[in-house]
Amino acid sequence: MDWSLATHQVLARLGFGVVGFVPDAGHKRLIELCQADARMRTVVMTTEEEGIGLATGAWLGGAKTALLMQSSGVGNIVNALGMVRECRVPLLIVVTMRGEYGEFNPWQVPMGQATAQVLRAMGAVVQQANAAAEVAAHVDAAARLAFGSYCAAAVLISQRVIGIKSFQEQAAQ
Amino acid sequence: MTLQRREVVQALLADRGELLVVAGLGSTAWDCTAAGDSALTFPMWGAMGSAAMTGLGLALAQPQRRVLVLTGDGEMLMGLGSLATIGVQRPGNLTLVVIDNERYGETGMQATHTAHGVDLAAMARAAGFASSVLVRDMGGVAVLRQSVQKDAGPHFAQIKVAAQKVPLALPPRDGALLKNRFRQALLGGGAALQ
Repeated sequence: MDWSLATHQVLARLGFGVVGFVPDAGHKRLIELCQADARMRTVVMTTEEEGIGLATGAWLGGAKTALLMQSSGVGNIVNALGMVRECRVPLLIVVTMRGEYGEFNPWQVPMGQATAQVLRAMGAVVQQANAAAEVAAHVDAAARLAFGSYCAAAVLISQRVIGIKSFQEQAAQ
Repeated sequence: MTLQRREVVQALLADRGELLVVAGLGSTAWDCTAAGDSALTFPMWGAMGSAAMTGLGLALAQPQRRVLVLTGDGEMLMGLGSLATIGVQRPGNLTLVVIDNERYGETGMQATHTAHGVDLAAMARAAGFASSVLVRDMGGVAVLRQSVQKDAGPHFAQIKVAAQKVPLALPPRDGALLKNRFRQALLGGGAALQ
């Protein structure tokens, strides 16, 4: 199951015009699909926190934003998420998990284990996708919830789906 | 003669026409309110460091409109990476103006990095902005106002102003209200039903 392709199709069908990301191994293919799609303006950022301003400004101007980030990036958006909640900005966040299923890098574990709690603490709705076949359906549902209810909704894609098991494998990607 | 922040912002927003404005938290938001509260100004009360990127998002979503971000030196320093991100995106309709009093105005007027010589205009130039200027007089402000409205950007300006307390002029605080009034003024009444 090509979850990246299916997820890209969901983003296109739902009319996401802006896709913000910090380069990430797990999101590599989805990022490339979005970059190749003329309907989407992809914005490469220096830190995930920039994505919250990007999404808020784009929504002020009538465009829908999806942010693609790794679980470590969730730690970088915490305070800025306060703006999303206070202004009731609809926002889709797709998170590839680290520090979770079979992690090899101990430095990833603290944030990976805190990701869902941190998002919920800031008012985001969290959905967990544990198999490749269910990712796109989760993204579709989370996007509809976010834009139907004017809030942030995040899909956490398990490390079980991403499948990176060692630093050597990651470096070879 | 040192520039006065309220005069500078008043001049930049005079006859603003179709201009869309994002105001960074603190004094620059109050400056914009003192110049005249508008539904098409989005004043921020938090998310420090996010003003420039909020302007980028707006500029990308509304390529036919001119977008001006007005923010403070402390707020800009918290989001310096966004200079690089804007430099990569190069939106022609975006201007980023830093009202630089070299102080954190809301917390006790402590010195910011710009008081110690950090050159924001040089950083923006190095990041790839189409133009970047350091402004110290009202003549420079008048030239900048033309760029905001017409020239192909992105533009950056660092405007040195006096470090002084000015009277509070507060916009509405309710974030959902600020968002909804902006969207309805820009996108029409149907925006509330989206």
